[in-house]
Amino acid sequence: MLNYIWFGLMAIALVVAAFNGTAAAVTTAAVDSAKTAVEIALGLIGIMTLWLGIMRIAEAAGLVTLLGRALRPLLRLLFPEVPAEHPANGAIVMSLAANMLGLSNAATPLGIKAMEELQTLNPEPETASNPMVTFMTLNTSGVQLIPSTMLGVLAAAGSRNPTAIIATSLVATFAGAVAAVLSAKLLQRFFPVARRQPEVAQ
Amino acid sequence: MIRHALETVSVWAVPFLLVAIPFVGIIRKVKVYDAFVDGAKDGFNVAVKIIPFLVGILVAIGMFRASGAMDLLNAALKPLLQSTGFPAELVPLAVLRTLTGSGSLAFTTDLIKTYGPDSLLARMASTMYGSSETTFYVIAVYFGAVSVKRTRHAVPAALIGDLVAALATVAICTFMF
Repeated sequence: MLNYIWFGLMAIALVVAAFNGTAAAVTTAAVDSAKTAVEIALGLIGIMTLWLGIMRIAEAAGLVTLLGRALRPLLRLLFPEVPAEHPANGAIVMSLAANMLGLSNAATPLGIKAMEELQTLNPEPETASNPMVTFMTLNTSGVQLIPSTMLGVLAAAGSRNPTAIIATSLVATFAGAVAAVLSAKLLQRFFPVARRQPEVAQ
Repeated sequence: MIRHALETVSVWAVPFLLVAIPFVGIIRKVKVYDAFVDGAKDGFNVAVKIIPFLVGILVAIGMFRASGAMDLLNAALKPLLQSTGFPAELVPLAVLRTLTGSGSLAFTTDLIKTYGPDSLLARMASTMYGSSETTFYVIAVYFGAVSVKRTRHAVPAALIGDLVAALATVAICTFMF
């Protein structure tokens, strides 16, 4: 899927650039985007290091297991493939909680930690597992209780009532999240995990 | 009231967790500093592992936007979305939101300035921005960190979620304001 989207975006860019005469802009964009991508990734090193360290303490203290156990009914519904006592449960809860509170600095490292835990359960390490995709859709729907960035922008623009969008955002984000998770659950059977051919013993 | 409580939680959550987690560790006889350093040493590798995935996705999106193909996509989507009562001014935002965080923030800020911060369009735009995430960025970072290349149904499921969130935004804002 991503193969076609990725190639499609660039191929369309080339064709449209030929008609619009925007080839120079496309070149600049390619170079700049590559640079931005590396800067974003390198910018993650600090917070990634911090939260992975704190998460290791939480694991050693048994907090991650505890958190997973506390929300087990919900987790079993969303991630039936993840065993009850697996550390992935706690990591998923921590990551989603950080997302909801809008702690974007903590949410990404914790989300990656949860993906790493899910990867330990994945029989095909280069292919996304069902719980990975479900977890991913919860993240791409950006469930957040307070849309703080937008409240700031509206207030700065002189809105008389910037907080009016809190309720509407909540409704929209939950509608999106429910739709995304349901789609993930319904679509998973149509995207089977392609098994690698077993290697023939010489 | 609820909002105030939530904001207080947001402000205090990180410093609280940074102290509370090691505190529980100390009580449970964990060598907290040793455990911290041991876990933290993977941070660099994870960030570096993301680079190829993020460069790939961001370059393709950057080229697509710079070529002007975005306008064509918007023009194609407009009649489809408009038949559901979706405002034409917001079609570019719905597309942009899944592709770039900074781009969609700039678009929303611009729209707020043009139509006024208390206009219906401004509220719809900020609701749309606030109720979603930069889907392709999240997919690149999260799958990149564990080197997953075949994403199966992740993209279609996430995009369906984004579409529903956008449609719900227009519906709820029309109803509320």
